[in-house]
Amino acid sequence: MAILFDKNTLVVSQGITGSEGSFHTREAIAFGTKVVAGVTPGKGGMDFEGIPVYNRVIDAVESRGANASGIYTPAAFAPDAIVEAIEAGIGLIVCVTEGVPVLDMIKVKQALKGSASRLIGPNCPGITTPGAGKIGFMPNFTHKEGNVGVISRSGTLTYEVIWQLSSLGIGQSTSIGIGGDPIVGMTFVDVLGLFEEDPQTEAIVLIGEIGGTAEEDAAEFIKSNLSKPVVSFIAGQTAPPGRRMGHAGAIIAGGKGTSEEKVKALEKAGVVVERNPAEIGRRVQEILAGK
Amino acid sequence: MKIHEYQAKNILRAYNIPVARGEVATTPEKARDIASSLKTKVVVKAQIHAGGRGKGGGVRLAGSPDEAFNAAKEIIGMNLVTHQTGPEGKLVRQVLVEEAHEIEKELYLGMVVDRARGRECLVYMASEAGGMDIEEVANKTPEKIIKAAVHPAVGFSPFQARKLFYGLGLNKSLSGQFTDIARNLYRLFIEKDLSLVEINPLVLTKDGNLVAVDTKINFDDDGLFRNPEIKALRDETEEDPLEVEAVNTGVNYIKLDGNVGCMVNGAGLAMTTMDLIKLAGGEPANFLDVGGGASTEKIENAFRILTLDPNVEVILVNIFGGILRCDRVAKGVVEAASKIEKKLPMVVRLQGTNVEEGRKILQDSSLTFEVADELYEAAQKAVALSHRGCR
Repeated sequence: MAILFDKNTLVVSQGITGSEGSFHTREAIAFGTKVVAGVTPGKGGMDFEGIPVYNRVIDAVESRGANASGIYTPAAFAPDAIVEAIEAGIGLIVCVTEGVPVLDMIKVKQALKGSASRLIGPNCPGITTPGAGKIGFMPNFTHKEGNVGVISRSGTLTYEVIWQLSSLGIGQSTSIGIGGDPIVGMTFVDVLGLFEEDPQTEAIVLIGEIGGTAEEDAAEFIKSNLSKPVVSFIAGQTAPPGRRMGHAGAIIAGGKGTSEEKVKALEKAGVVVERNPAEIGRRVQEILAGK
Repeated sequence: MKIHEYQAKNILRAYNIPVARGEVATTPEKARDIASSLKTKVVVKAQIHAGGRGKGGGVRLAGSPDEAFNAAKEIIGMNLVTHQTGPEGKLVRQVLVEEAHEIEKELYLGMVVDRARGRECLVYMASEAGGMDIEEVANKTPEKIIKAAVHPAVGFSPFQARKLFYGLGLNKSLSGQFTDIARNLYRLFIEKDLSLVEINPLVLTKDGNLVAVDTKINFDDDGLFRNPEIKALRDETEEDPLEVEAVNTGVNYIKLDGNVGCMVNGAGLAMTTMDLIKLAGGEPANFLDVGGGASTEKIENAFRILTLDPNVEVILVNIFGGILRCDRVAKGVVEAASKIEKKLPMVVRLQGTNVEEGRKILQDSSLTFEVADELYEAAQKAVALSHRGCR
């Protein structure tokens, strides 16, 4: 089953001829992803290693039946690419691009309202369903098919956690990096709801970090809506206030968004919060064994 | 990105928001000239990227040009310590000399991005508790803050200004002035990609005018590409020199106070590595994310920058290779270390893409280092080495 991405997902790569787009598209294909089209305005009619390239997303939808999109364009063009995908009726849009201005994302969120699209990102490693495929750039070798859902605001830290799980023989249903920006498409809450409904997923790992209130919102949601166990880790307990820790969204502003607040909220909601990130895999193992 | 008060005021002026008349001076002589041309009492204000300047002695009132000279003489060159500078303080290089107003009332007016789920928008905040730290007001007397949301898809609407204006209980005669300020503040926020603007205090003068007496503007770094004129306002002397070098070489680096330097790929893993150092009983010296697709050259720069911090006694390299290949990291580390005189103990933890090649490059080099396979083990080894260094 998994969530959002399965064997019927047909992907169009927006920005397929760029260096990022071509690299990640190749990796996705090697992972078994059905990439059916590419889009680069002005390069329609070309083909990319056997994949037809179009000028417009709508052409990829109409000619090839694309129902998901990976956006690999530079930040200045990413909002345009997202809105184009929304208007073309793409169901799942993943934007990996880092550096999209916050004000543009406010408008993108408005464009998403009432649409048939879900957006993952921007500034994210994307989504992977082992055995079905991926959009984005989580390293292929880390994954293993199984029953743990992974959600995170981070990139490499997510690979680390997925790798810990796989090394212990614990597979994943779907892994999603929702992105490190202040304003992103799907939130923890949106993804948690889908994992709860997914029969394949038995436990969930939630990797949060300082800044904003996404973890507090998640805690609130978990308390009243989740029956499945959640293991969590919050990065940034040593981060100084007022500094942007790499991710645009990872900032303690006005004393708000600290890791302590988030840990407290999650623990109150019954989440197992692990302080040592090297132990996340083992905590999940214990929980699965106890079932 | 942050800018100085005088730069922020120039921007407000360009958006027709009334600010006190004044100019910036780098010498006491210039401060005297500005004061005599203003022909009023003046305020002499230290220009540094930190708040709380008044309490630290960085703001003086001057009744005459000579007093302005003396005030500037004391402030320029002083090491100003405020609650935002840290105990080491900041060197004052310039002062703003501006008209002093007869104050009837001090207000607060600001605008921020509200990133909360489901209602992402901009929000005005206004308060009659002007001149105070708004975070303190929000904590102690939240009822004194009036908010009005603006969605960029809808744009500014005058009722938002009315919501604030009537909430503040201002005299009807000020309604036009206030609405203009609110409207222009929104236009500024949108056009220049701000992440925050504060006018604190927004002063109601005895002669019935609203004037921005102090202001703070922060920019969304991700919007700077379309505002090159804002980028030019950056003052590198206000930033840590190592951080400036990091920005210029594209490395994401934040200097901290500890002695365990770390080099990591990815912001989340970099924060986590700091946390692990702390968990293992040590103190991280920095946050350093070399990024996803770092070149050997970038790795080299990152490594060099972190060793330039004199507090660093141990280096912890923690790389989870995805797109970034471990062999490339290893090459960069070897290159950089061979060029650096200071030989520091090092712990290397590589995992992921091309890990075997990476380890081989390190082993074949003349570097001495300890290897760790696991995350926590790496932090523990580095911390153990750092403690040895202290004794």
